[in-house]
Amino acid sequence: MFRATLKSLLARKVRLILSGLAVVLGVMFVSGAFVLTDTLGRSFDSVFADGFSEIDVNVAAKPKVQVNEMEGEQTASPLPAAVVDRVKQVPGVASATGIVNADGARVIGRNGKVVTSFGPPQLGENWTGESELLKLREGRAPQAEDEIVINKSLATAAKVQVGQKVGVLTAFESKKREFTLVGIAGYSGDRDSIGGVNEVFFTTPVAQRLMLGEPDVFSSITVNAAGGVSDEALRDDVARTLGADFEVKTGEQVAADASASLKEGLSFFNKILLGFAAVALLVGTFLILNTFSIIVAQRTRELALMRAIGASGRQIIGSVVLEAIAVGLIASVLGLAAGIGVGALLAFLFGKLAGGLTLAGIGVPAAAVIGSFGVGLVITVVAALLPALRASRIPPIAAMQDVATPDRPLTKVTVAGSLVTGIGAVLLFLGLSGNAGGQTLATILGGVLFAFIGVALLTPLISRPVVSLLGAIFSWSVPGKLGRLNSGRNPRRTAITAAALMVGIALVTGVTVILDSAKGSLSALAQDTIKAELVIAGQQGGPRPPTFDPSVLDKAKALPGVQLVDGEYGDMARVDGEGTWVAVSSDPASLRQIFGAKPTAGDIDRIGPTQMLASSDTATSRGWSVGSTVKVQLTRGEARTYTVSGIYESSQLTNPVTLPPSAAKDFAIPQPIQGFIQLAPGTRVSDVQPQVEALLADSPEVSVADRDAFIKQQTSSLDGLLTMIQILLALAIVIAVLGIINTLALSVLERTRELGLLRAIGLRRSQTMGMITVEAVVISVFGALLGVAVGTGLGAAVVEALKDEGITDLILPWGQMGLFLGLAAIIGVVAAVLPAIRAARINVLGAIAHD
Amino acid sequence: MTATVGQHAQAAARANDVWKVYGSGEAQVIALRGVSAEFERGRFTAIMGPSGSGKSTLMHCLAGLDSVTRGTVAIGETTVTGLGDAGLTKLRRDKVGFIFQQFNLLPTLTAKENILLPLSIAGRKPDPAWYDTVIETVGLRDRLDHRPSQLSGGQQQRVACARALVSRPEVIFADEPTGNLDSRAGAEVLKFLRESVREHGQTIVMVTHDPTAAAYADRVVFLADGEIVSELIEPTADTVLDTMKKLDTPAEVGN
Ligand SMILES: Nc1ncnc2c1ncn2[C@@H]1O[C@H](COP(=O)(O)OP(=O)(O)OP(=O)(O)O)[C@@H](O)[C@H]1O
Ligand SMILES: [Mg+2]
Repeated sequence: MFRATLKSLLARKVRLILSGLAVVLGVMFVSGAFVLTDTLGRSFDSVFADGFSEIDVNVAAKPKVQVNEMEGEQTASPLPAAVVDRVKQVPGVASATGIVNADGARVIGRNGKVVTSFGPPQLGENWTGESELLKLREGRAPQAEDEIVINKSLATAAKVQVGQKVGVLTAFESKKREFTLVGIAGYSGDRDSIGGVNEVFFTTPVAQRLMLGEPDVFSSITVNAAGGVSDEALRDDVARTLGADFEVKTGEQVAADASASLKEGLSFFNKILLGFAAVALLVGTFLILNTFSIIVAQRTRELALMRAIGASGRQIIGSVVLEAIAVGLIASVLGLAAGIGVGALLAFLFGKLAGGLTLAGIGVPAAAVIGSFGVGLVITVVAALLPALRASRIPPIAAMQDVATPDRPLTKVTVAGSLVTGIGAVLLFLGLSGNAGGQTLATILGGVLFAFIGVALLTPLISRPVVSLLGAIFSWSVPGKLGRLNSGRNPRRTAITAAALMVGIALVTGVTVILDSAKGSLSALAQDTIKAELVIAGQQGGPRPPTFDPSVLDKAKALPGVQLVDGEYGDMARVDGEGTWVAVSSDPASLRQIFGAKPTAGDIDRIGPTQMLASSDTATSRGWSVGSTVKVQLTRGEARTYTVSGIYESSQLTNPVTLPPSAAKDFAIPQPIQGFIQLAPGTRVSDVQPQVEALLADSPEVSVADRDAFIKQQTSSLDGLLTMIQILLALAIVIAVLGIINTLALSVLERTRELGLLRAIGLRRSQTMGMITVEAVVISVFGALLGVAVGTGLGAAVVEALKDEGITDLILPWGQMGLFLGLAAIIGVVAAVLPAIRAARINVLGAIAHD
Repeated sequence: MTATVGQHAQAAARANDVWKVYGSGEAQVIALRGVSAEFERGRFTAIMGPSGSGKSTLMHCLAGLDSVTRGTVAIGETTVTGLGDAGLTKLRRDKVGFIFQQFNLLPTLTAKENILLPLSIAGRKPDPAWYDTVIETVGLRDRLDHRPSQLSGGQQQRVACARALVSRPEVIFADEPTGNLDSRAGAEVLKFLRESVREHGQTIVMVTHDPTAAAYADRVVFLADGEIVSELIEPTADTVLDTMKKLDTPAEVGN
């Protein structure tokens, strides 16, 4: 039996290659994700290990607000310079150096634009001399107030040279300040940057003022141990001397902690990639199921003969499953290898994009291997189980009869499909209505999965009318008519092939519906509510949002025709011990006049220095009312107490908490992020805009735009997200295309005689190709139609569920849907190419003589 | 020997010193050794001979389904030898009809659609009177909307005959059209073929094993070892059987 299986496997290798390819692609996604995140993780490890290699012990003040990776960058509180002297007194300390080191030093390049890092921080630091790690490549150290040194990769990106004047924006000054570039630094191992980080070195007082906002403070203290003193012992000694307000760690610890927080983000990224891999594998499952079904159907006589000569049903199942295992194994190995390649390539691209992250060697984590084989084998075997079962039911008598397998009735499949679809709908309803008891995401995903499988089971029934309707378009020509008839010939086969395409298209459509609705709802809301004709904002290129000089706000207010100007600040703060987003409006009157906030209690038109406002949702969940006192700890400064003086109705445009303008200076980013300008009635936007533009000459990160342009820019981040999701889902669609090719190729093989007959009675080669193409197009357009329908349904359900979150308008992307259908037609044509050529090449005589 | 009868009548198909060699070296098989034959218009010719004698090969070569190694083949005015795929396709559309032993019909089409398929492929309209005559002769009027799977083997072969007839080809080639049928169903099909020759002047070349089947033909050509060795005009089952027996005895070959 085993040898027979092996032989039949080899005989049909071409047929299995395509279905195997589907598994290969899915597994590739899985192993690629693991390899990519593992490589990046280890690269970050080594970057941080390097960055902190010179430090024996590091002292920092405890951060006032703990922020996790998803909420933003952690900002340490500054520590007073006097602490450096206290550390120096500790026995065993060879040296202690105060370090200024903070994100937000942005160099303006030769082209007048701010150099962005696309991820890694842009550090502003004090120059503390050369070290093993850091060396001047050119020039000298900064000595005067207006002198800086920058690292080599930054100098290259900004296209600046030693001796030139360079404009810099800093954490506390978003107005361009000019410095003379006196030196360019590089790192050991001839590196121009460590992990793509940009660094600007000032003299210590300048760094303190511009990066930390006050004199005589440091971000941290670097301690070097005297000979014979271990890092750990010194750490404990320093910690004991300084007390509980400080975090004292060894250099290794600091590196590990910094790396760990980045890796948290990476593992999230990994999960997303695995999600897409799951989609690809679901589609692959359909494809394998179909291939094995067709193969079993084609081998009916052979299998029946085996039964006739004494093979048991179990042996038949065994032989099919064995085949599946072989295919799964080979596909997993290839998928794993391809995934390693893809992961390495992506890591390389990522390294390039992140400004020269030096990659650690490519490694293959155990998870990649286990994941690949587990997924590849399980999927293949599960997909082959049903066809195997069917094969075992072939009666021996089938060997003697003609191949004509009667069309089995679709009743069972349809009942099962309705049931599964029903379960999916119930799960979706539970998940979306928030009744899933904490398992919302899992319930929704389960619902989507069940819905897909259910619809796939219903597809054979749907396929009859829809396919004949679709095919009617082509029936004017004989090949078209034959193609249509062929696609309607085996509803199950057509259905599964189409269903595979459905999954990808449905997800893309669903996501598009949701994002378009979100975008439409948000812009409609913004359009209706934001009463500002001009907006100052910039495009965010890294973790830090673009900022501008706050003095622009006052100057803009003084312009003729300007009625109201508001600058918006924001930060994560600890409010009554809970991490909360807090905002400052430089002019609180804007809350009502620009953002249309409606008071539900108290007074929201003004905020005293010790007062705060809250949104109605926040107030309800925290149990606040007008007069409640709330303790707020900002990134900088001491905790303070505010009294709630007003509550406004929650909307998409309101912040949970609004603090008085005086609080902004203690935010992690003490600069305005957006500015809103309301004009007096009758003032022309085009009169004011150039004047505001002129005011922003020294704040090159931002620009002024009219409201519509601003809204478009704000919602454009959703477009990027949509594109990314579409690219990732494209893999699922590629697999579905493989499925169409496979089904067609197998059908062509199966119909060799028929094709020969047609050629014998005068069908031209081109007509034969046309016939196959029509079949493919009908199947793929059918799949796309299903996908668009199911996707719209899913999207609409999610939008309905998100009504309370502000997605009020259901926007159907008709253009996109049309595009998908058109794309499906093209996919069909492309998928038909090879099978059609094969069909056209069939030797007429061979086909007739073929037994 | 050359089949000479009917040299003066106009030939619908002609083979001129046709050689067919399969393979090369050790595995070389000479399926046809210099066969020359003419098949006159409006006659029903049967090709007979022992298994492996080259009957199917000759028919395939005549119909342009297979190329010849040497010699020429012509259908009507057209020289088949040397035609490309486009030319062969056109030939098959306009001048040749086929009936195979089995698997003649597309399972997705009804009987009527199958019958009209060659015409619709060629983009031609059937001549309604002729179509009616054909349907009448095959006697399947009440089965026209059935699919092949709903027809018996004999009915399927009759549909195949009707399909070959409806486009009025120069010549119809049939390779053992009754090979899969019982004697009664076979007789119906053969009667039908003979009628189409007698009444409508159709030319038919049929390969068969069965002396009874050959007796329906106007003339029988005998092949042995790739050569034409004998022929009979106005055969009966007995004369055919006799000739076959003689062929089995090599000494008498050449009579
Ligand atoms: N494609 C091929 N390759 C090699 N040899 C072939 C091929 N086709 C036929 N032959 C050989 O040519 C010879 C004639 O075959 P052909 O099929 O014409 O015989 P036939 O008279 O039709 O026999 P049957 O009555 O069994 O159908 C045989 O010896 C056969 O083995
Ligand atoms: Mg034969």
